[in-house]
Amino acid sequence: MNRYPRWKYITILLILLLGVVYSIPNFFGEVPAVQVSPATSVAQVDQALLTRVESTLKDGSIPYDGVIFDSNGIKVRVRDNDTQLKAKDALQASLGSSYTVALNLLSATPNWLQSVGALPMYLGLDLRGGVHFLMQVDMKAALNKQLDRQTNDIRNKLRDEKIPLAGVSRDGTTLIVKFKDADTRDQGLEALRKTLRDVTVTSLDDGRLQLVQTPVALKAIQDQAIQQNMLTLRNRVNELGVAEPVIQQQGPDRVVVQLPGVQDTAKAKDILGRTASLEIHLVDDEHMDGQTLAAAARGLVPPGDDYYTSNRDGEPMLVKKLSVLTGEDISGASAGYDQSNQPAVHVNMDTRGARIFGQVTRDNVGKRMAIILIEKGHGEVITAPVIREPINGGQVQITGRMSVKDANDISLLLRAGALAAPMEIIEERTIGPSLGAENIDKGVHSVLWGFVAITVFMMIYYRRMGLFSAAALGANLLLLVAMLSMLQATLTLPGIAAIALTVGMAIDANVLINERIREELRAGHSPHAALSAGYSRAFATILDSNVTNFIAGMALFAYGTGPVRGFAVVLCLGILTSMFSAILVSRALVNLSYGRQRKLAGISI
Amino acid sequence: MEFFRFKRDIPFMSYARTTTLISLVTFLLSVFFLFTKGLNLGVEFTGGTVIEVHYQQSAEPAKAQAALVNAHITDSSVQNFGTSQDLIIRMPLKEGLSSAQLSETVLSALRADAPAVELRRVEFIGPQVGKELVTDGTIALTLVCLGIMAYLAFRFEWRFAVAAIIANLHDVVIILGFFAFFQWEFSLTVLAAVLSVLGYSVNESVVVFDRIRENFRKYKKLSVAEIINNAITATMSRTIITHGCTELVVLSMLFFGGETLHNFALALTIGIVFGIYSSVLVSSPIVLWLGATREHFIKVEPAPGEGTADASS
Repeated sequence: MNRYPRWKYITILLILLLGVVYSIPNFFGEVPAVQVSPATSVAQVDQALLTRVESTLKDGSIPYDGVIFDSNGIKVRVRDNDTQLKAKDALQASLGSSYTVALNLLSATPNWLQSVGALPMYLGLDLRGGVHFLMQVDMKAALNKQLDRQTNDIRNKLRDEKIPLAGVSRDGTTLIVKFKDADTRDQGLEALRKTLRDVTVTSLDDGRLQLVQTPVALKAIQDQAIQQNMLTLRNRVNELGVAEPVIQQQGPDRVVVQLPGVQDTAKAKDILGRTASLEIHLVDDEHMDGQTLAAAARGLVPPGDDYYTSNRDGEPMLVKKLSVLTGEDISGASAGYDQSNQPAVHVNMDTRGARIFGQVTRDNVGKRMAIILIEKGHGEVITAPVIREPINGGQVQITGRMSVKDANDISLLLRAGALAAPMEIIEERTIGPSLGAENIDKGVHSVLWGFVAITVFMMIYYRRMGLFSAAALGANLLLLVAMLSMLQATLTLPGIAAIALTVGMAIDANVLINERIREELRAGHSPHAALSAGYSRAFATILDSNVTNFIAGMALFAYGTGPVRGFAVVLCLGILTSMFSAILVSRALVNLSYGRQRKLAGISI
Repeated sequence: MEFFRFKRDIPFMSYARTTTLISLVTFLLSVFFLFTKGLNLGVEFTGGTVIEVHYQQSAEPAKAQAALVNAHITDSSVQNFGTSQDLIIRMPLKEGLSSAQLSETVLSALRADAPAVELRRVEFIGPQVGKELVTDGTIALTLVCLGIMAYLAFRFEWRFAVAAIIANLHDVVIILGFFAFFQWEFSLTVLAAVLSVLGYSVNESVVVFDRIRENFRKYKKLSVAEIINNAITATMSRTIITHGCTELVVLSMLFFGGETLHNFALALTIGIVFGIYSSVLVSSPIVLWLGATREHFIKVEPAPGEGTADASS
């Protein structure tokens, strides 16, 4: 009665073997590596790059242990941290700014294991150190920006078609376009029809058009804003040279950024946290007399204008409210020097930007144009040069009393792209690398000593049956780690706590079984009958109690954030593995040990 | 080896009045402390900034505090954290100052005194995140309760579901009461511990209920109270051994897990101790008082194999 068919033993053995294969990568540790990945979309990862990397390392006589080449980039394994730094500097110098060279850690797992997908668990930030940000996108600002853009497009279109326009005003998300009479309005509507998608247009009497954004359009604006922001963040992170950054959308208007292993957290925060965007506006020189400026400084800004000051000398300035161009129209930027050897930023624009810029400069020769850096809702004029001639081709050089560092910073921000809307850090976690290593130690010790204590106790209290229970518990731990590694789940300190807790709770099933067996023996049943009844009676109870635990785990997963979620994942997986090991693995051991003896005198329990 | 061997069933139900009274008093005390002292909520819930720093030599909170006041950070609280070399600095939310600037200011202020200060951890939580966590935590708690009740009502009977939830919410309130009384920091990990205690300690009730159901089928002549007494006595050994084992692991976390897991382990310890108490001495009397009878289970089809057992004690 206490026998398993051979296939059952083999299946259990195979599952345990898989458990071993998938959990051992966690014990190999990591080796330092340098990672080369493309920083721009034109940079290629190909054989030529591989040759370049290898020859650079050879020229610098930097020893390396292996080169891994895949579509994302090249990883070079090195022996120690000093070599890693040397290799990074040499490669960055040789490859230039079109590639990102970052320090990384690679698993020391042998290749044959990696080839079957056996990889170590991914360590969370609290275990490996790094920065975590949760950023909220200001959707209202994104909407305003889009409406500004639409207003601009309407004006340009009507100007192109030579249809006189009386004005565009805004009420919430509704635009009112004023014409001088109903006829012009109808002409205008005809001309604008193509430009105005996703907008409900209503003709009002007295020659006005009412444009209402459709819900689809509003959603599209939000989606686009968050996508653009994520792209920008990704570009900025590339500039930082982080090996495995995580940039993910969370909810409709939030972005999570995780930079594992970043040492210089202050710089990371500074670069990421910069909500700067660049806008080009025309300077309203007509209104700029002393009186108006003084009034504007007190908040009485003339309609249609904005008031800014220069970032150098605080010179006040009135600019037209409507921007000529925004950062979105900029395709590239680099720091350099102008003809007179002053620091300058060279800006390239995309086709749309180039066209608009050409047109505006043609129409406004002799006037001034302000380049404004907007940061946290506060703008500053970087420079306001006079337009000497129309600028076609979309190549602009921005100069004006800036330092080399300013030029570098501005070009980095421009190159990385502007944010479609400002973002605010609403949650931040920075964990130093030493704390991460300590957390791993603490977590592992908790699990280890807890496990040892239970094993010793079980073996004393239940003797041979206790040994089987402890072995089942070990199998449970093994399978849990294997499952977590297979799923490439992120392990956090609460996750390790959940592993420990799973160990403590999983033993319940075996205690239930063992107690039942004792009870059956006391009731005078034969050893074989007691074993069999013990397992089958305890099963219903084990199932019931695990289901209630599972319910708690699922709720934690659904409503928990960050570390709590990791805890819940481990808890739920642990319940599954414990059901398997407590019931099947321990039963298999019992059957192997007692099942073959036809006449069983007693059980060691 | 065997610790527990009872010749006769212990008449738990005749002490029911006393045990539930003790429970009621603890519960009311917990509620009282929760209302008068309140929970010392962690930064995750309240919003604000926490900075942990590590000194080469032992650190003096008062000195660090003074350095911060010099840097115009007046509303911070500085404490030792775990060891004498680690300090934890807590600051409330401040309008218009980003976390990046704040941690830089703090660090440079501390470095003026001791240049070798190492930044270990910064945690900044904005106000909206904190509020969401409180809502999400409440939703999670409610969902766990409803889910468990639904399952127990389906597997047993509504009286058992109600009894188990009352017993276990009582555990949760008592954990919270302890945290309020001692003003231990209630963080997100502690919330996770509380929620897992809820799932874990229902376990205990389930094991007893399972036995009660089995007994109803087995012993046709015993009174309901006697049946419950027998069920509790029969599962007593398992209860103590299982919880003892879980507690071994929890103690291991308490000793080796460091400051982060400390309160987590504390919450679990309280949860385990009161979990045993409440599921044995609170939920079973409630089942009795709610009027559970044999008839509630006669309708249920006996599971295969369960009808053949004979009386064993």
